[in-house]
Amino acid sequence: MSISTQSLFNRTILRRAVLDALGKFDPRVQVRNPVMCVVYAGAIFTSGLFVRALAGGGGTSAGFILAISAWLWFTVLFANFAEAMAEGRGKAQADTLRKGRREVTAKVLAEPHKGAVQRIAAAADLRQSDIVLVEAGEVIPADGTVVEGMATVDESAITGESAPVIRESGGDRSSVTGGTRVLSDWLVIRVTCDPGETFLDRMIAMVEGAKRQKTPNEIALNILLAKLTIIFLLATATLLPFSIYAVHAVGHGSPVSMTILAALLVCLIPTTIGGLLSAIGIAGMDRMIQKNVIATSGRAVEAAGDVDVLLLDKTGTITLGNRQAVEFICAPGVSLSDLAEAAQLASLVDETPEGRSIMVLAKQYCKRRPRDLESAQAHFIPFSAQTRMSGVDIANRQIRKGAIESIARHAAQLGGSFPAELETAAQTIARSGGTPLAVAQGSQVLGVIALKDIVKPGIKERFGELRRMGIKTVMITGDNPLTAAAIAAEAGVDDFLAQATPEAKLKLIREHQQGGRLVAMTGDGTNDAPALAQADVAVAMNSGTHAAKEAGNMVDLDSNPTKLIEIIETGKQMLMTRGSLTTFSIANDVSKYFAIIPAMFSGIYPCMNRLNIMHLSTPGSAILSAVIFNALIIIILIPLALRGVKYRPMPAAKLLMHNVLIYGIGGLIAPFIGIKLIDMALTAMHLV
Amino acid sequence: MRVLRAAVAMLVIMSGITGLAYPLAVTAAAQYLFPWQANGSIVNNPQNRPTGSKLIGQYFSGARYFWPRPSATAPVPYCPYNAADGGCGTGSNLGPYSPGFLAAIKRRIIRLRSADPQSTTPIPASLIMASGSGLDPDISPSAARYQINRVARARRMPVARLRRLVKRFTRGRTFGILGAPRVNVLELNLALNRLARKRKH
Amino acid sequence: MTDNSWLQIGLYLATIILCARPLGVWMAAVYEGRKTFLHRALGWLERLIYRAAGIRPDDPMNWKAYATAVMLLSLLSGIALYGLQCLQGYLPLNPEHMSGVSPDLAFNTAISFVTNTNWQSYNGETTLSYLTQMLGLTVQNFISAAVGMAVLVALIRGLRGKQTDNLGNFWADLTRGILYILLPLSVVLAMLLVSQGVVQSLNPYQKVRLVEPQHYSMRTTGSNGKMVNTRTVVRHQLLPTGPAASQIAIKQLGTNGGGFFGANSAYPYENPTPLSNWLEMAAILLIPAALCCTFGRMVGDMRQGWAIMAAMLLLLIPLMIGCTAAEHAQNPAVAHLIHHHPGWALKNHGYMEGKETRFGITDSAIWTTVTTAASNGSVNSMLDSYSAIGGLIPMWLLQLGEVVFGGVGSGLYGMIMFVIVTVFIAGLMVGRTPEYLGKKIEAFEIKMAAICVLVPPALLLTATAVACVLPGVTNALGNTGPHGFSEILYWASSTANNNGSAFAGLGTNSVFYNIVGGVLMWVGRFWIIIPTLALAGSLAKKKIIPPSSGTLPTHNGMFTCLLAATVVLVGALTFFPALALGPIVEFLSGGRL
Repeated sequence: MSISTQSLFNRTILRRAVLDALGKFDPRVQVRNPVMCVVYAGAIFTSGLFVRALAGGGGTSAGFILAISAWLWFTVLFANFAEAMAEGRGKAQADTLRKGRREVTAKVLAEPHKGAVQRIAAAADLRQSDIVLVEAGEVIPADGTVVEGMATVDESAITGESAPVIRESGGDRSSVTGGTRVLSDWLVIRVTCDPGETFLDRMIAMVEGAKRQKTPNEIALNILLAKLTIIFLLATATLLPFSIYAVHAVGHGSPVSMTILAALLVCLIPTTIGGLLSAIGIAGMDRMIQKNVIATSGRAVEAAGDVDVLLLDKTGTITLGNRQAVEFICAPGVSLSDLAEAAQLASLVDETPEGRSIMVLAKQYCKRRPRDLESAQAHFIPFSAQTRMSGVDIANRQIRKGAIESIARHAAQLGGSFPAELETAAQTIARSGGTPLAVAQGSQVLGVIALKDIVKPGIKERFGELRRMGIKTVMITGDNPLTAAAIAAEAGVDDFLAQATPEAKLKLIREHQQGGRLVAMTGDGTNDAPALAQADVAVAMNSGTHAAKEAGNMVDLDSNPTKLIEIIETGKQMLMTRGSLTTFSIANDVSKYFAIIPAMFSGIYPCMNRLNIMHLSTPGSAILSAVIFNALIIIILIPLALRGVKYRPMPAAKLLMHNVLIYGIGGLIAPFIGIKLIDMALTAMHLV
Repeated sequence: MRVLRAAVAMLVIMSGITGLAYPLAVTAAAQYLFPWQANGSIVNNPQNRPTGSKLIGQYFSGARYFWPRPSATAPVPYCPYNAADGGCGTGSNLGPYSPGFLAAIKRRIIRLRSADPQSTTPIPASLIMASGSGLDPDISPSAARYQINRVARARRMPVARLRRLVKRFTRGRTFGILGAPRVNVLELNLALNRLARKRKH
Repeated sequence: MTDNSWLQIGLYLATIILCARPLGVWMAAVYEGRKTFLHRALGWLERLIYRAAGIRPDDPMNWKAYATAVMLLSLLSGIALYGLQCLQGYLPLNPEHMSGVSPDLAFNTAISFVTNTNWQSYNGETTLSYLTQMLGLTVQNFISAAVGMAVLVALIRGLRGKQTDNLGNFWADLTRGILYILLPLSVVLAMLLVSQGVVQSLNPYQKVRLVEPQHYSMRTTGSNGKMVNTRTVVRHQLLPTGPAASQIAIKQLGTNGGGFFGANSAYPYENPTPLSNWLEMAAILLIPAALCCTFGRMVGDMRQGWAIMAAMLLLLIPLMIGCTAAEHAQNPAVAHLIHHHPGWALKNHGYMEGKETRFGITDSAIWTTVTTAASNGSVNSMLDSYSAIGGLIPMWLLQLGEVVFGGVGSGLYGMIMFVIVTVFIAGLMVGRTPEYLGKKIEAFEIKMAAICVLVPPALLLTATAVACVLPGVTNALGNTGPHGFSEILYWASSTANNNGSAFAGLGTNSVFYNIVGGVLMWVGRFWIIIPTLALAGSLAKKKIIPPSSGTLPTHNGMFTCLLAATVVLVGALTFFPALALGPIVEFLSGGRL
């Protein structure tokens, strides 16, 4: 997406966020967040005290109350701003998406074939199972399934990927998305959703965060924060009677003022995390969108952080799409260049990736260019399921290429035999996870081509990372167990499921879930749909079928199956950011006590000043510094909340140590420095 | 209401077992195995009449006796039970900086100094600070030693003799580790009386 | 601190740690219903109890049934104990002819014992008959302790249950806890205590003739209404006695702490020698420490139990050393006094006021930390007279929520609530939905754990606040200034957290303190037991997630430290302001405000 490259603090987003932040002073917005709601109430309360002080009531100076009150308002504002910032990018993105959804008209067909009667209708009026025709240059009016035709489609409006993709009827490339453009040819499409429920609509809703629901961990954390707020509310409120007793007991001084109590309360309650909590959730979803993943809910993203088992399709995920020729093994007495040439000839018109890879390999050994075949009157024999061979009859040469048994049978028919050496070579290849193909010329078997699955470069390291995260990887393949085992070993997955059927996949997922594990899987085909629906985290490829996309709870617009790893990281980051900021927020309180408590009570008990270990200049400055620090820290931490705490794949114990040191110990020390600096600044500017 | 029946039955049964059977069985065993301890470690006087418990302190105020620690019991010091006033063993419960506590310390120091004006020995804390129960039967060995000169003068006994006596009644820590060294005041004073009687005869 | 202090602290901790495993494993066997050697001796009695009460010990109970049984038994116990106190004047075994206890005091004492708090507004030797002591207090010492252990066991079953709602059978857990654990240990300890001099008889109080009759002059009101000086001679002492050893044994083992005598374990008849002191002190932590091992054993991973115990020790040891050191220090106010009187000299023995000679400062300070760490609350020295820091430490131990070993059962289930909060925050920090022992910690668990952590502070802060401003109530204070505030705060902390120890200068035998204290104790006990059982029920229903390297380990040093840090942080942040106005300012003032 074009917007994903924008920096975190883009000028337009900033401007918009400031305006949105002001709009969030609405009490109906505030009441949703218990922590910030207390700050909000505190701000209103101190404002009231200020008015009373102006009218001559109360003992505290009006200027001081005003300063405290102002900074409480700022605290609320900063929290609003954080949320607005997090929403900002999504909103901008939604605007762009909306622009793409221009008013289009559709050619509605009466029958599901191109020649049927047409009528023109507005895209907005299309209903499920309407049939439409889209021709080159037109925009696809709604999500649907191709029922006829084949075309190249520009999906950049959704995926941001400029290269066109092919969409055709039947198979796994039949789904199209509304708002994308047909570049060439034509498509007959059956509409699969009603207006307002299209993929684009859902995407806009998602990026805007309009329907954002709190995730389970967020709810739990909110409960904890609310309870902490109650504790601090009590600890603060009871200070008034306590100080009344103290004044009574020592006979001088005055009870704590309401302003100072409000200030103390706001400093103690976890405003840092409370103010940033929703921003963290929104930003997490936003990061997913930047990674070109559309999640149906935050719950799914959060669940991704908990994944224990990852099911991955072999083909296209672990291995490059197709098998490739890696070696020629010659029969006794046959030269390598002869074998290579024969293989090349046999594969000349073989447009499959395997065929092309044979050509590539053959070129290394056979320097002769393929002869002019037209002049040689070549006759090509295509692959058929009966013979399981293909080849070419050229001049007087009969060249065949095919499965070992087929070529052996072919040679035997012509009176030849299959050399024992090649037999063993073929077995070795099969055992190591490859597929042997034999090449024969007439009755003579020339040799064997070894075809192999090529494991994607770097995939083994990725699996290593997953293992360090504590995630078990399972490869799913239709191959026989022998081949599967070999590839599994090479790719470094923990387990594999060979000869997988949709039922076997479903069963595997259920077994893992029974054992209490959380299962993630990627898929694109219609036959993946049941398994996707069963998996806890299911990522469907955007290139996949409609059924797969419906079954999954995320869609990867890049159709990159290893994206799951990044999704897991994002899920973990969301949790880690919440945990770390909670720790930080609570650890902060220690220093605030040392700032405020001596300032509060030194009037009653002068010896309390010995607790003023930061040597803050005056009681007023001490309290104000703590409040200012408390507000500013929210602003300072906005980038962290939006970017998320960095996730490093390492065992939980190490990760914990790392984060506790930074956010726990750091949270303990940082405010001592911060409050002291603010106090020095206030004193230097003679503000207190 | 099966649960109510179970609850009532359980309460009754458990009361029987832990509230009657258990304490009565322990009482029987204790009376059989350790009758002296179970009945209060009573010490008799030469007339073979009970004159106190080894475990419960008594107040001594005469110069001829070793004094125990101050006691905060009411209405009089070392009053374990007094039905009329509800008196019972208790500490002073005065805070470490409370004026009442400091005044009491001052009073006790003055009393100790006036009872033995010549003494320059530092006063041991256990003689000026009240015990927790108000019935502490012991004083620290240094508190006993502090009083030797005064008692020796009052009783006209050689100091060395008293030193030996105090030493004999000084109990160290149990197993050399537990508790604190101490001298039982009642036992020490009874021994003093016995000594005096022996000298008379 | 002396070398002996270090030696005793080391020896004490070593004893507790060494005993924990064998006893813990034994208790696990008892609660899992396995046959032990004691079954041969007492099995018939167990079966008889079940038959008589109409209980099938294998009947499963879900959390609601379990909680109902707990509540019902506690309620009935409270009513029975209340009635017994009020009616004791008409009942046998009352050689001193004690009359019925006043209603507010009886209310307070009944709740106090049913909730395992054992707060002493009452004064054993002056108010209670032997029958009340035996059939009332001793019984509740057993039952309330066994209830605490049963709730813990139910929670453990919740943690290890696989998609079930069975938490076990409360009546079986109660019976087994009393019959096989508390009763045998109590018999042994009671006999050991008697051998040291703890009284155990049903005789009336004994009159003895003083060695030196004492003359007092007292100011009393004469017949004409004027104050007159009267001279009295006191020739006798009346020595209280009673079935004390049997009650003191369970009082210590069950972390109850309510004394047979008013002065509690400072009273020589309750605690006559350094050895009896040592035995009682060991008895306080014996079961709470061993329950950590029971927990480890029952969840199938001993390391989990040791980790929790390590966190408890991590909190206990510094506080124990701190308290001992603070009491050994010199009282600056006394030093000041001596300084101003030339010629006065004092042999410094630290804060001896309120402490018994036979225990000295070290054994008093160790006892104090142990008894407040565990929710025992018995005292062998008077906390009110402790140094500012020496008093701060036991008070803070109460305020931590009685989770540093805590009460039998209640301490560990309280600590598990902190474990859940810690696991939650730490779990988030490693990027996974938090889980403990394979159970996911979700919103409901956090809600229940948060209630458990929140209720006692909320109660005690509110009660302290009310007591501070209510007119006339401050008259009950035994001290003024910050120390008086400490007395109120200590009272509320002790009752709300079901400890029962006291800054005894506060006169709490008044209607306000008796009623409010009773409410604090009841709410502080059962508003934790019910959420705990609800939590157990919710956990039992969950699947167990097998651990992976992404799972937060809860058995290593890192987690132990985090757990301890969470307890400290919650305790410090909640109570720092209140403590600042009490012991902290007292300490800072050095006696000069």
